[in-house]
Amino acid sequence: MSQQFRQNNLDFGEGRGLKLTTIVGFLFLYIPILILMLYSFNASRVASHWGGWSIKWYIEMFQDRNLWAAVTNTLIIGILNTVVSIILGTLAALGLHRFNYRFHQSLLLILNMPIIVPDIILGVSLLMFFVLLNLSLGIVSITIAHITFSISFVTLIVLSKLAQFNKTLEDAAKDLGANNWQVFWKITFPNILPGITAGGLLAFTMSIDDFIVTYFTSGVGSTTLSVYIYSMVKRGITPEINAISTLLVAITIALIFGISHIQRKPQD
Amino acid sequence: MKAFSEKMTLIWPPFFWLLVLFILPILLILIISFSISQNHGGYELGFTLEHYAHFFDALYFKIFLRSIGYAISTTVLTLLIAFPMAYYISFRESHVKYKLMLLVLIPFWTNFLIRTFSWVNILGYKGLINNVLMYVGIIDSPLILLHTSLSVNIGLVYSELPYMILPILASIDRLDKSLLEASTDLGANKWQTFKNITFPLSFPGVITGIIFVFIPTLGQFVVPDILGGKNSYMIGNVITNQFLVTRNWPFGSAISISIMVLVLILMIYYLRNYGDRGQIKDFI
Repeated sequence: MSQQFRQNNLDFGEGRGLKLTTIVGFLFLYIPILILMLYSFNASRVASHWGGWSIKWYIEMFQDRNLWAAVTNTLIIGILNTVVSIILGTLAALGLHRFNYRFHQSLLLILNMPIIVPDIILGVSLLMFFVLLNLSLGIVSITIAHITFSISFVTLIVLSKLAQFNKTLEDAAKDLGANNWQVFWKITFPNILPGITAGGLLAFTMSIDDFIVTYFTSGVGSTTLSVYIYSMVKRGITPEINAISTLLVAITIALIFGISHIQRKPQD
Repeated sequence: MKAFSEKMTLIWPPFFWLLVLFILPILLILIISFSISQNHGGYELGFTLEHYAHFFDALYFKIFLRSIGYAISTTVLTLLIAFPMAYYISFRESHVKYKLMLLVLIPFWTNFLIRTFSWVNILGYKGLINNVLMYVGIIDSPLILLHTSLSVNIGLVYSELPYMILPILASIDRLDKSLLEASTDLGANKWQTFKNITFPLSFPGVITGIIFVFIPTLGQFVVPDILGGKNSYMIGNVITNQFLVTRNWPFGSAISISIMVLVLILMIYYLRNYGDRGQIKDFI
């Protein structure tokens, strides 16, 4: 009897079909990435033929000047985007957390919209806006576009950190005579710093990964890595893309472990 | 008085940015969509509905319907794969669960051009599948797999799958597991427990997943561009073409606004019914 009771309680999520679907699902997610990594070490130019192990595509990749120019642009944009969106996103989160605004719901709607609206619409509308203002398309226009979609993500992450934060700490500091500025830097800021860091990492990753918005807001000579990869895909230069992709996947994995390390919190 | 100024200082810079660089540009393409086209790009202010009428022409409307079809098939397929995966993962012991969640996150954060491109190696004329099938002797000549609607469907499901797994996983995870024990104790079988407890309580996650798969798929142009052919063009390809190649900006704007209206309807419905539960946060 007790055997049966235990079995009933522990039996959820144990079906063979569930396990099989999960395994097939993960294979589906990973096989293309693994194949791509494997081909990046293929000496042969054509994917159909295995020409032995080689790192020549990696060497070619490191010697590609245009690629490195694109990487430099990507990093500059990524860093600028991270700094500005951290500041703006944190301000919005603090405001929305502390105060009840007259148009609070509308503010939340505006904040959520850039996350949901398809990137292509964000891209074309900013393109038209920059053309109207006669702003030349380049690093500045791409950075502005990236900040526009990054703010929302930073705000939502910092807001969720603020929700976990015990507000009485701030009140206690005020009672003990700290001014608003001191309360922020000594109490609030250290407590929400993990959220700000995670938001910043997310903003940085999204910026270096973005293709669609960048594609519409970049001009001649302001290529980013994604746009460069796209042009290589269109020209069919496959082995070198495999090498770049493998490197990027490795960096992504490192970043994910970084984010999850920062965000990991005790099980609740 | 001081509280008032702090209240406004916090909220003004970010929302001023969003008003000027997000809301205003969308209003701009709304205006452009009613304007008169000029040759070589450009537009002249005016009021015409011809671009919207043009969009509802047989040719473009067919592409629009095809995009909706792709969006629906992608949503259904990802849901069918993602729900069992999320369900299975959420019932693992916490250290296994944590590792499996990281495994879901890696493709989620991998550049989607790369994820799309990786299928070229597999589905290509000289790709993996054709090589294996010919080696085994099942086929004599390579199958045409790439640049078909099959390859577009695979690419779309592949790029959207993590977006469906994550919110469902989060909502099953949040569910109070003692409810399942209670249901079992009261004599319900597994199917009854699933139908009456697990599924209804994970429904907000399912809806979030549907929104986050359906809407981006509707605006896709990279997957059909890399993996598709002329017969699998989506509305995103038409928009890209109108803005960057044909340079008929008012027409491109009219299509964008039409999609935007559809997205807004879905989004307002979603936020009304599920927004307060903060499901969007499940992604970050």
